Amino acid sequence: MRSKPSAESSNERASLPLTLSAIGALLFLHIPLWLIFLYSFTTDESAYTFPPPALTLKWIPQAIQNTAMQDTLFLTLRVAVLATVAALILGTLAAAAVYRFDFFGKEAISFMLILPLALPGIVTGIAMRSAISLLHIPFTFWTIVIGHATFCVVVVYNNVIARFRRSSNSMIEASMDLGANSFQTFWHVVLPNIGTALMAGAILAFSLSFDEVIVTTFTAGNQQTLPIWIFSQMLKPRNRPITNVTAMLVVLITALPIMFAQRIVAQTSDGEGGSK
Amino acid sequence: MSEPAILFKNVSRHFGEVKAVDNVQLEVKDGEFFSMLGPSGSGKTTCLRMIAGFDRPTAGQIFLYGQDVSNLPPYERPVNTVFQDYALFPHMTIEDNIAYGLMIKGMPKSERVKKANETLDLVRMPGYGKRKPSQLSGGQRQRVALARALINHPKVLLLDEPLGALDLKLRQQMQVELKNIQREVGITFIFVTHDQEEALTMSDRIAVFNEGNIEQVGTPADVYEHPSTPFVAGFVGTSNLIAGEVAQRITGSPKRFSVRPEKIRLAQMDDQIEGDMFVADGIVRDVIYLGLYTRYLVELEGGGDLVVIEQNLRTSSIDVTKIKNQKTRLLWKKEHVSYVGG
Amino acid sequence: MLNRISTYFYRRPRLTLALFLAPPLIWFLVVYIGSLISLLINSFFYLDGFTGQVIREFTLKTYAKLFIPTNLQIFLRTTVMALSVTLASIVIAFPLAYYMARFASARMKTWLYLAVTLPLWTSYVVRVYSWKLILAQEGIVSWFARLVHLDGLLNWYLSNETLGGPSLSVSPTGIFLVFLYIWLPYMIIPIQTALERVPKSLIEAAGDLGATPAQTFRTVLLPLAFPGVIAGSIFTFSLTLGDFIVPQLFGTSSFYIGKAVLTYQGTSGNIPLAAAFTMGPIIIMISYLLLARKLGAFDAL
Repeated sequence: MRSKPSAESSNERASLPLTLSAIGALLFLHIPLWLIFLYSFTTDESAYTFPPPALTLKWIPQAIQNTAMQDTLFLTLRVAVLATVAALILGTLAAAAVYRFDFFGKEAISFMLILPLALPGIVTGIAMRSAISLLHIPFTFWTIVIGHATFCVVVVYNNVIARFRRSSNSMIEASMDLGANSFQTFWHVVLPNIGTALMAGAILAFSLSFDEVIVTTFTAGNQQTLPIWIFSQMLKPRNRPITNVTAMLVVLITALPIMFAQRIVAQTSDGEGGSK
Repeated sequence: MSEPAILFKNVSRHFGEVKAVDNVQLEVKDGEFFSMLGPSGSGKTTCLRMIAGFDRPTAGQIFLYGQDVSNLPPYERPVNTVFQDYALFPHMTIEDNIAYGLMIKGMPKSERVKKANETLDLVRMPGYGKRKPSQLSGGQRQRVALARALINHPKVLLLDEPLGALDLKLRQQMQVELKNIQREVGITFIFVTHDQEEALTMSDRIAVFNEGNIEQVGTPADVYEHPSTPFVAGFVGTSNLIAGEVAQRITGSPKRFSVRPEKIRLAQMDDQIEGDMFVADGIVRDVIYLGLYTRYLVELEGGGDLVVIEQNLRTSSIDVTKIKNQKTRLLWKKEHVSYVGG
Repeated sequence: MLNRISTYFYRRPRLTLALFLAPPLIWFLVVYIGSLISLLINSFFYLDGFTGQVIREFTLKTYAKLFIPTNLQIFLRTTVMALSVTLASIVIAFPLAYYMARFASARMKTWLYLAVTLPLWTSYVVRVYSWKLILAQEGIVSWFARLVHLDGLLNWYLSNETLGGPSLSVSPTGIFLVFLYIWLPYMIIPIQTALERVPKSLIEAAGDLGATPAQTFRTVLLPLAFPGVIAGSIFTFSLTLGDFIVPQLFGTSSFYIGKAVLTYQGTSGNIPLAAAFTMGPIIIMISYLLLARKLGAFDAL
C-alpha cells in the first residue's frame, strides 16, 4: 500500500549519519510515550523497575473505579468544556471584529490574545494569583475556568481568522446582495464556512485546557484537576499503578482528538493550528 | 419607463482624506448596457459598490428608478452583483448557489430548483446543477455567478470586472454572450472595467472615470472619436495629442487637439492637399510591423510625435521598414480632430 | 423583524464593531491585563516577616531582595539551564529538521510532521511523568547502563557535584534531559519551516557555482536557517525559564525561578516577592525578543 518512494523528492540521498541522527531524534521524542503504555501493565507496585517483572491488566479497572481519580477527571472535563465554550465565543467574536472592520489598535488585538500563551505559563499564573490575592477573590471552580478560557481564546481566534482570510472576501457581500440579512448570511454562509475551523479550534482549546498544570496551580486553590493530581502523585507517590494507568488515559483522551483535529485542518487545507 | 434606472446626485465617497468619488453626477437609462471605464483607483468600483449598497455615499443621493436608495442595506435593494472573484459559496452546489436568492425569499425547494435549472440553460450550462464550485473552470464559475444574479430578476445588474480573470479567447467569447444575454433579458447592466476595448465592444454608453470624477459620458463612438479631455483621449485608444506652436502651425489655433492614429494617412511630399484636410510634415522615427497593420512613429517638424497606423493591404514587412528615417507628410480630415482642452 | 434589527446594525457599523469587540476586549483587559497590573502592584508591596501579612504600601524593599546572592544565583542557574537546553535542542533538532525539509518525500514529510507535533499535543505532565519512569534508579537508563557494563561510569558521573545527584531523577542533568525532551518539537518545527523556504534552485545555484555540498550547507543553508533557529530558541528559552514542574520533580534542593515563585507564593504566602521574581523572566524574555527581532527571527515565526 505504501508504495514506491515518491519521485518528486530530492534526487540525492541523505547521508547515513544524517539519517541516523534524524531517527535518533524521533526515537528520543517517542520512546518515553511508549513507556507510559508499558508501565500501565507492570506488576511492580512500589517502584519503576525496568524491565517490568511481569505484566497484568488488573490496574485498569482499579484505576477507572478509583473515586479520587474520577472526581478529578470530572472536574477537569467540566473546566475544559466551559473554557472551550467561552473561548469559542470570545475567539470567534474577536476574529470577526478584526476581519470585518478596520479600527485603531487592530494589530494590538492579536498580540494581546497570544500573550497568555506566549509568555511563560508562570507569568500568567502568578499574575492571576496576585489578582486573586489583591482583590480577595476566593478560589473556586470558576477561577480555574476563567484562567483556562483566557489562554484558549487564541487558538480559536487563530483558526477562525485563518479561515476568514482564506474565504472569498466578497462572499458575505454576495449573500447580502442576494437578499439575505445579516442573520441569514451568518446562518447560511458564514457558519458553514467556518464550521470546521470552529471544530478544530474547539478541540485544540479543549486539550489545551485538559492538560494545563502551570496556570491551574495558581488559580485552583485546593481543587485538583487531573494534571495536578498526576503532578502531586509524582511528588509523593501513593498509588503508582493508578497513576500509571491515568497517565495512559490522559494521553489517549488528548492525543486522539488532536489527531482528529489535525485531519480536519489538513482536509480543509487550513495552515494554522495554533502554536501550542 | 421614463425614470432613469440609476441617478447620482452630487455623490461623494471620501475615505478620510482620500476622495474615492468626488461629487459625481450620473444617469443610467432603463435597459441600457452601461460601462464604467477607468484605471484602478478611479472611483468606478466605489460607484458600483454604492449602487449595490456595500458602501454608502458620504454626501449626495443615489436613486434607483426614482427611489432614494442611498441608505438601504444591500438586501433591500432590487439590484444584484456579479463579483470579480465570483464569490460563489463553496459549501453549496451550483443549484443551491443559483437558488440562494429564491431560498432567502422563501420559495419552496422544488420550484426554486426548477428555476435554477432554467437559468443554467440561459447561461448555456445545462446539467451542471449538482456540481460544486470547485469542480468548475473559471469561465463556468463566471456563468454561474451571472445566473445566480439574473435569477432574481434584478432591476439593475452590476458587473464588477467579471471578465478580468479569464484568458483572452474566453473573454472575447463572453463579451459577445454577455451582450446577447442582456438583450434577451432586457435588464439594465452596469459594467465596470478597466479595459477600453471591452467597454467599446459591449456598451451602449460609457462613462470614463478618472481620480474620482467622470471625465466624459457618451456612446462608444463618441468617446472614441471625440474625446473631450486629454485623459479620455489617452485612456481610450492611443493618445495623439498636439498643442501649442505646432498645433497653431497645423490647425491655425494653439488649442490642444487629439487625432486617432488610424485616421492619419502617410502621404508623399508632393501629394495633393484637399481643403478639408490638415497637413503635417515630419520624419518617420520608428516602424513596427504588426502583421495586420503597421505602427509608425512620426516626429513632427517643430516638435511633438504622432502615431500613425496603416493597414498592410499591399505592403510587406520589408516595404514598410524602408521608410524609416525618411521625411514624410501626414494628412487627415479636419473632422477627425477633437479639441480636448487642458 | 430580524430584517429591521439587521438593518439597524448595518447602518451603524461602529456600534456593530463595538458589539463584536467588547466581550473579548473586556475579558482580556479585566482578566488578563488586569492580572498583569496587579502583579506589578503586588511586586511593590512587602511581606511583614513577623506577622506573615502582606503590607500594602509602596516599597522597593521586595525588589531589593532579588539582589541578594542566593536569588542572583537562582537567576543565573535558570538562565544557564535555559541556554544549555536551547543549545542542545538546536543540535538535536537540526538533523531531523534538515532531513524533513530536504530529503523526505511529500508523504513522508506529512508523517514526520505528525510524529514531531504529536508529543506537543500529548499531555505535558504525562510526558514529564514518563521521565520519572526512565530516570528512576531502578528504571530503564540504569538498566541499560548495567547491560552494557557502564554502570560504573554512570555512578561516577552522578557523583559529580554540579551535574549529578543521588540518582539521575534527582539531578541537574535529569532536569536538563527532561526539558530537552519536552521542548524539542518547538525547535524542530521553526528550523524545518525556515529550511523548507530555501528554494531548491538556490542550492543548485551554489553547486553550479562550484560549492561542495559541505560548503553549500555552511554558506547557504545554515545562514538561511538561522532565523528559524532563533525562533525556536525563543520557545525553548522562554519555556525553560518559566517552568517549575520539572525542577520541582527532578531537582535537588537548589531553586530555579519558577520553583522559587511557586514556593514564595505558596508555602510562605509571600506574593510580593513572587511577583517581583516574575519580573526577572519577563525582563529576560523581552530582551531576548528584542535581540531576536534584530537578528530577523520574526520572519520565520
